[in-house]
Amino acid sequence: MLIPHPLLGLRDAQEFTYLGDARLLDRPDGLAPDAAEAFADYVYLRDNPAGLHRELWFHEQGDRSWLVVTRDTVTHEILGAELARDVALARRSK
Amino acid sequence: MTRLAGGLIDRSRVLNFTFNGRSYAGHPGDTLASALLANGVRLMGRSFKYHRPRGVVAAGSEEPNALVTLRDGARAEPNTRATGVELFEGLTARSQNHVGPLGFDMLAVNDLLSPFFAAGFYYKTFMWPRAFWEKLYEPAIRRAAGLGALSMQADPDAYEKGFLHCDLLVIGAGPAGLAAALTAARAGARVILADEDFRLGGRLLAESHLLNEAPARQWVAGLEAEFASLPNLRVMRRTTVWGAFDHGVYGAVERVSDHLPTPGEAPRQTLWRITAKRAVLAAGATERHIPFAMNDRPGIMLAGALRAYANRWAACPAKRVAIFTNNDDGHRTALDLAAKGVEIAGVIDPRPDAKPLGPYPVYAGSVVTDTRGRLGLSAIAVTREGQTQWLDAGALGVSGGWNPNVHLASHQRGRPVWDDAQQAFLPGAGIPGQIVAGAAAGKGSTHAALHSGAEAARAALQDLGLTAHLPDLPRAEDGAAPPHPIWHVPGKKRAWVDFQNDVTVKDIKLAHQENLRPVEHLKRWTTLGMATDQGKTANVTAIAVMAELTGQSIAQTGTTIYRPPYTPVSLAVLGGGDTGAHFRPRRLTPSHSWAKAQGAVFVEVGPWLRAQYFPRPGETHWRQAVDREVLATRAGVGLCDVTTLGKVDVQGADAGIFLDRLYANAMASLKVGMVRYGLMLREDGHAYDDGTCARLAEDHYIVTTTTAQAGPVYRHMEFARQCLWPELDVQLISTTDAWAQVSVAGPHARKLLERVVDGFDLSNAAFPFMGCAALTVCGGLRARLFRISFSGELAYELAVPARYGAALMARLVEVGKDLGATPYGTEALGVLRIEKGHAAGNELNGQTTAQMLGMGRMVSAKKDAIGTVMTRREGLMAETRVLVGLQPVDAAQPVTAGAHLFTEGAAQGTATDQGWISSACYSPHLGSMIGLGFLADGAARMGEVILAANPLQRQEVRLRVTSPHFIDPEGGRLRD
Repeated sequence: MLIPHPLLGLRDAQEFTYLGDARLLDRPDGLAPDAAEAFADYVYLRDNPAGLHRELWFHEQGDRSWLVVTRDTVTHEILGAELARDVALARRSK
Repeated sequence: MTRLAGGLIDRSRVLNFTFNGRSYAGHPGDTLASALLANGVRLMGRSFKYHRPRGVVAAGSEEPNALVTLRDGARAEPNTRATGVELFEGLTARSQNHVGPLGFDMLAVNDLLSPFFAAGFYYKTFMWPRAFWEKLYEPAIRRAAGLGALSMQADPDAYEKGFLHCDLLVIGAGPAGLAAALTAARAGARVILADEDFRLGGRLLAESHLLNEAPARQWVAGLEAEFASLPNLRVMRRTTVWGAFDHGVYGAVERVSDHLPTPGEAPRQTLWRITAKRAVLAAGATERHIPFAMNDRPGIMLAGALRAYANRWAACPAKRVAIFTNNDDGHRTALDLAAKGVEIAGVIDPRPDAKPLGPYPVYAGSVVTDTRGRLGLSAIAVTREGQTQWLDAGALGVSGGWNPNVHLASHQRGRPVWDDAQQAFLPGAGIPGQIVAGAAAGKGSTHAALHSGAEAARAALQDLGLTAHLPDLPRAEDGAAPPHPIWHVPGKKRAWVDFQNDVTVKDIKLAHQENLRPVEHLKRWTTLGMATDQGKTANVTAIAVMAELTGQSIAQTGTTIYRPPYTPVSLAVLGGGDTGAHFRPRRLTPSHSWAKAQGAVFVEVGPWLRAQYFPRPGETHWRQAVDREVLATRAGVGLCDVTTLGKVDVQGADAGIFLDRLYANAMASLKVGMVRYGLMLREDGHAYDDGTCARLAEDHYIVTTTTAQAGPVYRHMEFARQCLWPELDVQLISTTDAWAQVSVAGPHARKLLERVVDGFDLSNAAFPFMGCAALTVCGGLRARLFRISFSGELAYELAVPARYGAALMARLVEVGKDLGATPYGTEALGVLRIEKGHAAGNELNGQTTAQMLGMGRMVSAKKDAIGTVMTRREGLMAETRVLVGLQPVDAAQPVTAGAHLFTEGAAQGTATDQGWISSACYSPHLGSMIGLGFLADGAARMGEVILAANPLQRQEVRLRVTSPHFIDPEGGRLRD
């Protein structure tokens, strides 16, 4: 598999470490009143789609960027990759 | 001898080889199979189940029968296809799967018992008694039915892995592949042309067709000369592309030295990972046979293989040969063989209107219905409208049509599509970036293959924005030969479909009867299409037979899923060089060379090699060295290289806030110049890792991790920084390898350090417990000093740039001689920390919480740090097991890590389990073994005697529950 790193171009998937669903970016507020429930969902609940999946990959043997990669779980086609930092910051500004 | 004239062998040189101990001669250009046939050897092995005599069937990698054990000793390689073995001087080969000589196999009795050995026989017969399966039935069956045996010796050869990139990968160097490579290479693209054969040309080498009125080999030779002049084209002979993976990645094995007696300095094989922007699959086609009664005798072959042996290798298994074909291509074999002087007994063709294409007899409207010959074919029965006559023949070429090699177009679950006109499965949806050309795409005539290959390359390059021009291609034959659909000849005797697995038409009928009709069931129940050839010559025929039985069409019946590898790939080459010491990178500590000179014994700690202990003369047991190191540390001063602990440099205006969110306890409040113990949790509330945070400046921390988790914790920290809190001004870098760090522990630690620091005030007032500072040592060497203790003694950790690690150790030992400065290894380190009751990897095993570790109060409820919310889960709050110390009531008794704890007299089971022992060691201080463990309600049970059960060693030991701090529980020594 090849991952289109937004800074470094196409890189072999062997250089990366996989984490999972990019929903992990949306960490709940631990001081909110509903934190217990929110964290139970955050830690344990994941979708398992057949189709497009946004997921986190770490360029461990490379520049140490965390990426959000959009992959089709059926065909393994990779539709894009963004710096997770940019994705997280964009969500902050919303 | 049955050597013919011509062929692509070098008769000027002779290669001697042996088969089953007998000596033979062949020529360069021969394969083992062709050389054996040229020497009149038809019998090459015994079949898998019935131990039937078998000979070679094919001329390529699809060969199901002629599997031999190649070479001797440690290099012996079982299950090697004789058709793919390039002959070399001194080659030795042995046949497989027989007891006694090949010509008289004791296990041939299985053939007489064949009515009992039908498909599913094992499943039905060896059912009970159940216990017999593993001990008796399976070993006996495995011995009787099988392939070759491993040498059981280590492989002496080297294997390599490599990476290649190209614009266009051309798979197969037959007419289509050659035309594709030529087209793309002339256009300037980076091209790789790979073929499993040792000679370019593919099927062109096996045919007598002319290209531009000249032998095809002349055209190929011209191309080879041009290819050699093109630096952008890499030609890879002896290279099998065996798998098509995601995003244009192809797996290939190059047999670098398999054609040599020994590899010498070169690797035996290389595993290539080819990343190709585009690929042309020109893998050709494989001929299929037509099952008829007793169709497995040595001498019965695929007609195209018979032709290949005659044309390319000038070899023929017999002087008188017959052909059984349902298509015109079979007649070409008769023509070519007749031209080489082989007597044609007849061409048996089931088509009623079949006509001879040359001077040989044709039996039109006829089929072969039986054969004779115990160890090789002697005669065939030809039947026409119920009338049978016997024809003498030493070989029979069978052609049932050609199956395009769609494997590499189907490796991503694409299913091939049945084509009625061609009577063949053609590539289906295929693989992104891959174009199929030539016979693999059903374009089997030489003319069609050449043009489709060139066109495929042009289209692939156009896709990449490159312009390619179609080359002038030679004039070539353009005959089409779709077969007449006859899939097997009905009869009472056995007719083999899959030679390698001894699956007959009857077995397929039985599968149908037993309702195992879908092809995936058929495959698994009968073993059809399994093992080394994966049914390359059998599968489509079997599908057709099943279709006939169910009354469905072949298209409806469908194929099984194609998976890599295309042909067998050895585990050795998949492992590449990653064996033994090269299995993974080895990391050495900065003081390694010094420790080695001291005679240290080393231990693997993850990828690290660390000094385990430093034996001295006269010490005969490791415990003597370890006890001495522990006592010397507690009495004087000990030195240990602790560089392997992970170090992360954290800088930025928000560094404190960042660490506050990362650790369960507070870090932003830490004063500059101080160190604090830190506990990291996983987001699920369990303990993850621990270490220290040292604050060198307002915006500069150095944190440490455990050795084992250094990588994962760093990854986790980057995740927190980039994904969770990207708005924070904080930067991270791992400095584990940049700084050598030495622990200096023991009552004389300060005295020793005073001798190396450059005017730094080490007094308790100036540099108290948990202090840290940047300083210089040894006359100007920059260093960092941390007053932290893992041993419970007055202790420091001194860090210097990594390249000074060994020198620092040597200096400390030298200047501390009168203080008893003693290096200690990981064993003593472990004893010291267990005596002190400090948690380590055994306690931080992913199942424990802060509360269990006795650090529940460290988890701050006032801030939102990773894992803090989930630590307050009901289930985790209700956990009562906590860290305790354990000491045997009888000091001579052992304490074993992993043993479980029970109340004395209670039944022992999961319901009554009270906890477990996580760490244990011998404490020279206490004169007995001691342990750390997790015990239910442990805090309230101090002094109680409990039972440690270790059922693996039938061991029960009475232990007294104590504080985990066996040494200096008040911590006075640390603060002195």
